[in-house]
Parts: sequence; structure tokens; C-alpha cells
Amino acid sequence: MIISLNHYLVLSAFLFCIGVAGVLTRKNAIIIFASIELMLNAVNLSFIAFARHWGDAGGQIFVFFSLVVAAAEVAVGLAIIVVLFRHKETINIDDVNLMRW
Amino acid sequence: MEAIFFIILSIIIIFSSMMVILKKNPIASVLFLILALFSTAAMYVMLMAPFIAAIQIIVYAGAIMVLFLFVIMLLNLKKINEGGAVTLKILGVIVAGLMMVVTAVVLRSVAIPADSGFLRSSPEGFGTVENVGMTLFTTYLLPFEIASFLLLAAIIGAVVLAKKKL
Amino acid sequence: MNITYNLPAIGTQLVLGAGVILVLLADLLTGKKNRDVAYQTTLTVLVLAGIICVMKWGSAGAGFGGQVFGDGFASFFNLAFLAIAFLVVFNSPNYLKRNEIDHGEYYMLILIAVLGMTFMSSAGDLLIFFLGLETMSISLYVLAGFHKSRARSNESSLKYLLLGAFFTGFLLYGIALIYGQVGSTNLADITSYLAGSANPLGGYMGVGLALLLVGLLFKMAVVPFHFWSPDVYDGAPTPVTAFMSAAPKAAAFAAALRIFYDPAISLGLPWDKTLWIAAALTITLGNFAALAQSSIKRMLAYSSITHAGYLMIGLAAGNELGASGMLYYLFTYGFMNVGAFTIAWLVNRRGEGNYLLSDFAQLGSRNPVMALLMSIFMLSLTGIPPLAGFFGKLYVFSAGVKAGLIWLVVIAVLNSVVSVFYYLRVMVIMYMREEEGLKDLEKAPTVAITAILCGLVILLLGLFPGPLLDLARESVLSLL
Repeated sequence: MIISLNHYLVLSAFLFCIGVAGVLTRKNAIIIFASIELMLNAVNLSFIAFARHWGDAGGQIFVFFSLVVAAAEVAVGLAIIVVLFRHKETINIDDVNLMRW
Repeated sequence: MEAIFFIILSIIIIFSSMMVILKKNPIASVLFLILALFSTAAMYVMLMAPFIAAIQIIVYAGAIMVLFLFVIMLLNLKKINEGGAVTLKILGVIVAGLMMVVTAVVLRSVAIPADSGFLRSSPEGFGTVENVGMTLFTTYLLPFEIASFLLLAAIIGAVVLAKKKL
Repeated sequence: MNITYNLPAIGTQLVLGAGVILVLLADLLTGKKNRDVAYQTTLTVLVLAGIICVMKWGSAGAGFGGQVFGDGFASFFNLAFLAIAFLVVFNSPNYLKRNEIDHGEYYMLILIAVLGMTFMSSAGDLLIFFLGLETMSISLYVLAGFHKSRARSNESSLKYLLLGAFFTGFLLYGIALIYGQVGSTNLADITSYLAGSANPLGGYMGVGLALLLVGLLFKMAVVPFHFWSPDVYDGAPTPVTAFMSAAPKAAAFAAALRIFYDPAISLGLPWDKTLWIAAALTITLGNFAALAQSSIKRMLAYSSITHAGYLMIGLAAGNELGASGMLYYLFTYGFMNVGAFTIAWLVNRRGEGNYLLSDFAQLGSRNPVMALLMSIFMLSLTGIPPLAGFFGKLYVFSAGVKAGLIWLVVIAVLNSVVSVFYYLRVMVIMYMREEEGLKDLEKAPTVAITAILCGLVILLLGLFPGPLLDLARESVLSLL
């Protein structure tokens, strides 16, 4: 069996959907955040596989920057969660309900 | 050989990813996330991206996940009661499942035969620190500089928000 | 390896980037008690960047091997971002001092957000677009939660961040699939791939473009990805709301035009239908939700959803008139919204979180100038001639008719009629309703100047729409 591009892509799509399911079903803000990291990780896998497919360094560079963005989002996100905890003593997003559409 | 590694790593990644979203305890979740990221890094090595694999371990599994654990322990978070809307959970799983099916169908329809390997053989030194570094600081110099401002915003933003008194 | 960097192409961005560092240092050196230096430096930087932008208007060409463009299109949007940021920053100290959140970082984050937007509008590569978008978003997440002692502000930033990061995942997946099909993230390569392909949406491309569009629609707050915007707008500090409702939306539309606008390439039926349905739903839903609001901030938030729907008509039409109409619309819409939000917080007297429409009672007799300006903003948002809002709608709608989207335009016109009700309700309250125990408004010269400037711009651009529209048309032509 030869492992081809499509194997990696299917794995990546599967991981992405696990991440989406996590975001949609969990209430714990930190775990939602971890699920978003799973989604980004899945996308990075696609990028690296495509970079290998095309023999092009651009995809790897894109992953480098997507890691930068993930790091920045985590830093800001966890700061916001800390502030949330100071206000509410919980990080359950069901309790974040001062405003409802 | 490659196939065996791929299958083993896939199983580890999928299992640990599932655990991330299924575990009640956030610490366990995050530890499984580290496992998932580590095994993805191993897969990057298989895909000729050793530099990105190293970055993945150092930045992602190292720095970011430590930040996660740090916040969890700092706030002394225990399991929280996540009861409530079961319909929402079912809906979430259905949506994710549908997406999975759609993506699988689309990927199947793509005209790349399943066992043809990759389109091009990679050039020599592909994905090494030297090569990626050269590309990063020549062709992709501008994105690199923009990223520095992005990180500046994140650093200052995190300090502004988390510090009690400015 | 030789690439010509062509630095003039990013002249505006260079000034902004240097300005960010300067503001950071100035604020550090002048101490905690005095934020005026950071404030003045920020205004100076914005003006300087504007001057560079106008001087280099459309003449800078491509830079960094086609990764950025200093063309007329970029200049047009950059000027709009700078103008909106200037007006917002100009009247911010008043609000920040009143709420005791007067920190120098506020100004710096606004500058970084503008920097990100300028890269979105001038991106020639999806990587630059992505980084610009994230630079803007991360600054906005922090700005939305800037009033951290208020639970609502925190809630606003948490919702924005979680949903924003979630949709970033989709956007990035879209870019990955496009890259997988084309083998490059450069927009020129992608365009030539689409033009040369017999089945442009085949392979990974269809899903990739769709996911990329989902990410953009989220930033524009188009139905069904609009649900975050009322809460985020409501909870954020009001000057930030004014900024958020005008500038990032314009940046997202600018990026959408850069990526998707090319009359030569027709992506085919499912694509057009999707945009059609999204536009119709957005207009109708935003409108009817706005009817039910008793808070001016939420009312304006829903109204901004509606306006995103009107702008979608231009995108769906996909012709030159639609694109230039969108440019005109976005430019003038920024001034209307900033003006309306500015007056809203000046009039508000129950404190943050309670922006009731009834605060406007008797404004007509208490402060006739502000009442007149608010009337101008409301009428312009409704689309009454001869104000700027009318021409924006006119151009976008006629582009829709030209492209054969008759029914969509009919829906939009009917909705415009409905919108008269909630916009005019503000005027009715200002001039007709009696209310006990109203205080006089606080004296805030910067706020008054901002509102007057916005009002003048709307009036002038409404009376003489020609020059701006010509400029918009030239800018769109520079895209191709």
C-alpha cells in the first residue's frame, strides 16, 4: 500500500470534524479552545501534505505563520478567559449570558 | 514501511483527538491534545517537513500547551457541570458528521488516483531549516514582518487584559 | 534569488508600523498620568499615513514580488480606514476618561488593527490577506474587552474571540484547499488557474472557495454567520463599536473584492445562488430584528447587518458598477455609523450597557445641533436623497438590476421601506417625545467636532456624489 496525498487529506478532514464537534458540543471555554487548536492542527496537516504534493515550500511557510497566529490567539484567548473567571468564577460558556439576541 | 508508520500515527492522532473532546477533566483534555500534536509532528517528518515538525513541538506542544495547563492550574479549574441541552450536543455531532461526509465525497471525486503517491518529487533539501529559512527571509519577508506586529498586538493585548491594574 | 521589494507600495503601512512603535514608546516615556502624548502621536501618525496614501495614490504598483499592491483600490480603502480610525480616535479620550480605561495601549491597538486592514485591502497573496485579517482580529478581540471591569465587555470579547477563532479554522481550511488545487497562494496564480480551467470549481477548488467565503462572510456579519455581531457590538466600549461596525466590515468587503471580483471569470450557478440567498436573508433578517430593539446600540448593530446585505448585492452582481458602488457605499457608510455611535454615547445617560432609544427624548430642544446631525445620519442610513446613503444604495441596486438580480433588488427596496420605520423612530423620539428629568448634555468639543465632520462629509458626498464615484470606478479598474 502506497500512502498518497488523499490519505493525508482524509485524515486531516477527519481531525477537522472532530475539532468542529468539540466546539459545538462542549461548554468548557478551555476545551472549546483546545478543539479550535485541533481544527488548526488538521488544516496544517493538509498544508504540509499539499506542500509535499507540489514540492513547494510555500505551504510549509504558511504552516509556520498559522502556528504564529494560533499562538497569538491562545495568548489573547486565555487572557480573556482569566478575566471571565474573575467576573464569574466559572468558565462555563452557558453562564456567559448577559446579552441574548 | 511508510504505510505502517502512517497507520500507527493516524490511530494515535485520532484516538487522542477524540479524547480531547470527550474527557471531562480539562487537564486530561490538554494532555491528550499534546499527544495529538506530537504525533502530527511525527507525520510532518514523514512529509519531509522536519523544520515545521520541530517548530510544532517547540511552539505548539511546548509553549502553547504549557500556557493552557498554566491557566487551568492557576484558576484551579475542576470539572464543570456540562449538563443541559442534549439536543444541542446531538445537533453538534450531526453537523460535524455531515461535514465529514461532504469532505469525504469531495475528496473522493478529485481526479488524483488513490495510489499514485505525490505529484512531484521534492527538490533536494526540501523542508530543511536552511531551505525554509532562506525562503522565509527572501520571498516571504513581508509576511514575516506582519507577523511581528500580530505578535506585538497579542503580547500587549494579553497584558492589558490579564493585568489587574495597569 | 532576486525580488524587487518596491517599498513605496507599502508606504502607508510603513508609516503605520513605525507609528505603532512610536506610540508605544511615547506612552511608556510620558508616564501613567498623562495619555495626551499617546493620543496626539496617534492622530499625527494617522494623518501622516493619510498624506502618504494620497501622495502615492495608485501609482506605487506591486511590491514584494506581487504579494502586495499599492494600486488605486488599496489607496481608496486605506484612506477610508485611516479616516474612520482618525474620527474614532479623535473623540475617544472623552469616553475613555469617563469610564476610567484611559490607557495608551488603546491607541496602539487601534493602529495595529488599521495596519492589518491595510494589508487586507492591498493583499496580492492569500498569506498576506490571512495575516492582515488576523492582525486586525486579534487587536479587535482585545479592544472589545478593553473595559475589563465590566462583565459585558468581557462577554463581548469572549464571544468574538471564540467564534472568530472557530471561523478562522474554516477560512484557513479553505485557503489550504485552494493552495492544494493551484499549488500557490498568490492571487494572480489563482486567477489565471480559474480563467484557464474548464471546470473552475472542480477538485478541491469549489470547497476551498466556499470555506474561504464562509470565513469572510463571518467577518462581514452576513446571515447565517451574523449571530455574533449584536452581542459583540453591544458589549464593546462604544468608540470601539463605532470602529468595529465600519472599518473591519469594509476591510472584509475589500478582501472579498480582491479575491472574487473578476467579471471575466464566471464561477457558475451554485455560486451566484448562494450569494443571492445570503443577501436576501441578511437584508430581511437584519431589518426585522432591528425593528424590535429598544437599545440604540443593538438597533445600529442589526442595521449594520442589513447594510452588509445591501453590499452583498454589489458582490453578487459582480459587475463594475456593483464594485464601484460598493466602494462608494462603504466609504460613506463609515462616516454615518461613526457619527451615529458618537452621538449615541454622548446622549446616553444611564451608563454603559443601557443605551436606550428613549435617551434621545427632547434632544431636539436640548441640543438642536446634535439632533439635526443625528437626523442626517438616520436619514442617510435610510437612504433618503440627497444624502450620501441614497447614492450608495442607488448604485448598488442598479448594479443588481443590470446583472439581472431583479427579485433581489425588489426585496432590498421593500426592506428599505421597512427600515424607514426604525430609523425615523429615533427622529420622532428626538423631536416629539416628552420625558421627565433629563439633564443637559455634557460639553464634549471633540465629540461635537466629530459629529459635525461626519455630517458635513455625508451632506457633501450626497450633494456631489460624482467625484467620489469616479474615484471608486478608477479604483475598481485598477484591480484588473
